[in-house]
Amino acid sequence: MARIATLQAWVSPSGAAPRRDPAWVRWTLVGTAVGLMGLFLVLPLAAVFAYALEKGVAAYLAAICEPEAWSAIKLTLLAAGFAGPLNLVFGLAASWAVARFDFPGKSLLLTLIDIPFTISPVISGMLFVLLFGAQGWFGRWLTDHDLKIIFAAPGIILATTFVTLPFIARVLIPQLESTGAEEEQAALTLGASGWQMFWRVTLPNLKWALLYGVIQANARAMGEFGAVSVVSGHIRGVTNTLPLYVEILYDDYQLVPAFAVASLLTGLALVTLVVKGVVEWKASREHGGAPELASLEERAA
Amino acid sequence: MAIALHARSAAPPDRVVTLLNVSYDPTRELYQDIDRAFAATWKARTGQEVVIHQSHGGSGKQARAVIDGLQADVVTLGLAYDIDEIAERAGLLPRDWQSRLPYRSCPFTSTVVFLVRKGNPKRVRDWDDLVRPGIAVITPNPKTSSGGRWNYLAAWGYALRKQGGNEGAARDFVSRLYRNVPVLDSGARGATDTFVQRGLGDVLIAWENEALLVVKELGRGQFELVTPSESILAEPPVSLVDKVVDRRGTRAVAQAYLEFLYSEEGQTIGARHYYRPQLRSVAARYAAQFPRLRLFTVDEVFGGWQKAQRTHFADGGIFDQIYQPGR
Repeated sequence: MARIATLQAWVSPSGAAPRRDPAWVRWTLVGTAVGLMGLFLVLPLAAVFAYALEKGVAAYLAAICEPEAWSAIKLTLLAAGFAGPLNLVFGLAASWAVARFDFPGKSLLLTLIDIPFTISPVISGMLFVLLFGAQGWFGRWLTDHDLKIIFAAPGIILATTFVTLPFIARVLIPQLESTGAEEEQAALTLGASGWQMFWRVTLPNLKWALLYGVIQANARAMGEFGAVSVVSGHIRGVTNTLPLYVEILYDDYQLVPAFAVASLLTGLALVTLVVKGVVEWKASREHGGAPELASLEERAA
Repeated sequence: MAIALHARSAAPPDRVVTLLNVSYDPTRELYQDIDRAFAATWKARTGQEVVIHQSHGGSGKQARAVIDGLQADVVTLGLAYDIDEIAERAGLLPRDWQSRLPYRSCPFTSTVVFLVRKGNPKRVRDWDDLVRPGIAVITPNPKTSSGGRWNYLAAWGYALRKQGGNEGAARDFVSRLYRNVPVLDSGARGATDTFVQRGLGDVLIAWENEALLVVKELGRGQFELVTPSESILAEPPVSLVDKVVDRRGTRAVAQAYLEFLYSEEGQTIGARHYYRPQLRSVAARYAAQFPRLRLFTVDEVFGGWQKAQRTHFADGGIFDQIYQPGR
């Protein structure tokens, strides 16, 4: 690991002065970027809130206080609440295994971690129906034992967890690889136990990357539509998450409530962005830059 | 207290019973009102509180979900074939389910009509106008939507009867019609959205209740309803899901729920939501709301749903042969 670090330092030209392009090039690029961003990001965002508040604050609040809206909020939080810790455990274990050990099938494991990113969420949902649906592999057994997975909260939690599984592992792996194992080895040589090393050395080094991964996974968990739509059964007030509820309201021609609930999800996205910004800023102050963090977004997209 | 004895879950024998009604797309508003009225009636009769949950979607998709284990106590779907599929593939109810309730288990009927933009600028009067060149027709995909299948069969039946039973002429008529369809939505509600919200198309072929909802409530003053000279009698049926109600111990209340649909009160709620009631007294009161037209049934013209499904909508069936997307 140490050798790779020196190699990188040697390859990247550290002292070169940044090249400057002519002013018109810079302004055209900046103008295009800002224009497109306004058109594709700011305008739709503004539209969500404008529609939501079209009939006033009272109508907006009424839409959010509907029992069906509450049940959607609770179910969404429940799914994200389960998916988060499960992802955390999986992410830590998987990234630790990949970054610290060499074993046959390591690249296979890396590929497997990426599967939820590469297959369409709708297919992910169908896989669970094939496994746990009444006609599926475990369907008979589940029916006999009166257990419900599909078309109930467990199915929604499973689908959400599956879809968000790679997020944390994917930020931790590069972070673990770049910090290297020296500090951990030093801790072990000085007589620390495995757990002591993990809590006092590894985890503090990972904390910003970890937080970043959790935020990303959480945002995706709350916004997940495709996979959850397949396993939900769309029982109103019972198995609809926020994104599903928005679709239902829209199909019912209830535009103001639809956008009011959509604004909740939008608000969540904005909060996520702010927290993410803070985390990145903190991380860069502590580690002198965290360029690895950027890689995840490209993958997720 | 039979309910408590049957319930296998650890929950206490509470006084609240829940039902799940799995329904098709455009019935959302109807069953919201039905559920409220039935809950009051049931409470008055038995003292028990009943909460009815709803699930809506394309009829075929909903049937699929019940087959896959969605615990529906009752299904209220867009056409009999979808309930047949549940009996056939999952065995959750007997195959003769349709003979268990009056009017072949259809508490309401509807038909297929046209919705056009205000002033009827393209002068659409009857089915023949839909195959004219330059007319854009919006109708959902008959492979996935029950409404789409009723629309298709209505067009076919009209052409067949007009041409004195000439199958070739009917096929030609329907393929010309679908050549005028720019986009096939997967459900009836999606097609209505396409026509009403997105402003696509000159004419929407729709359930009568959906069309009346748009004309009278959503797009007041922007749309007009056109009743063709002849159309199909759409019969959306209802049924208990026997295996589910027996496991959950909800047979009595589920049965009462379905019977409520046939009561004076249930029929009136249906009529208020623009479904044609079966009960004479209610039908008479709402006669003005439903234009009179000649109606033919699937059984008369197509020899039943099983046959219609096989001939027209199965993979490689006539619809697949005549419809080529992007043309």
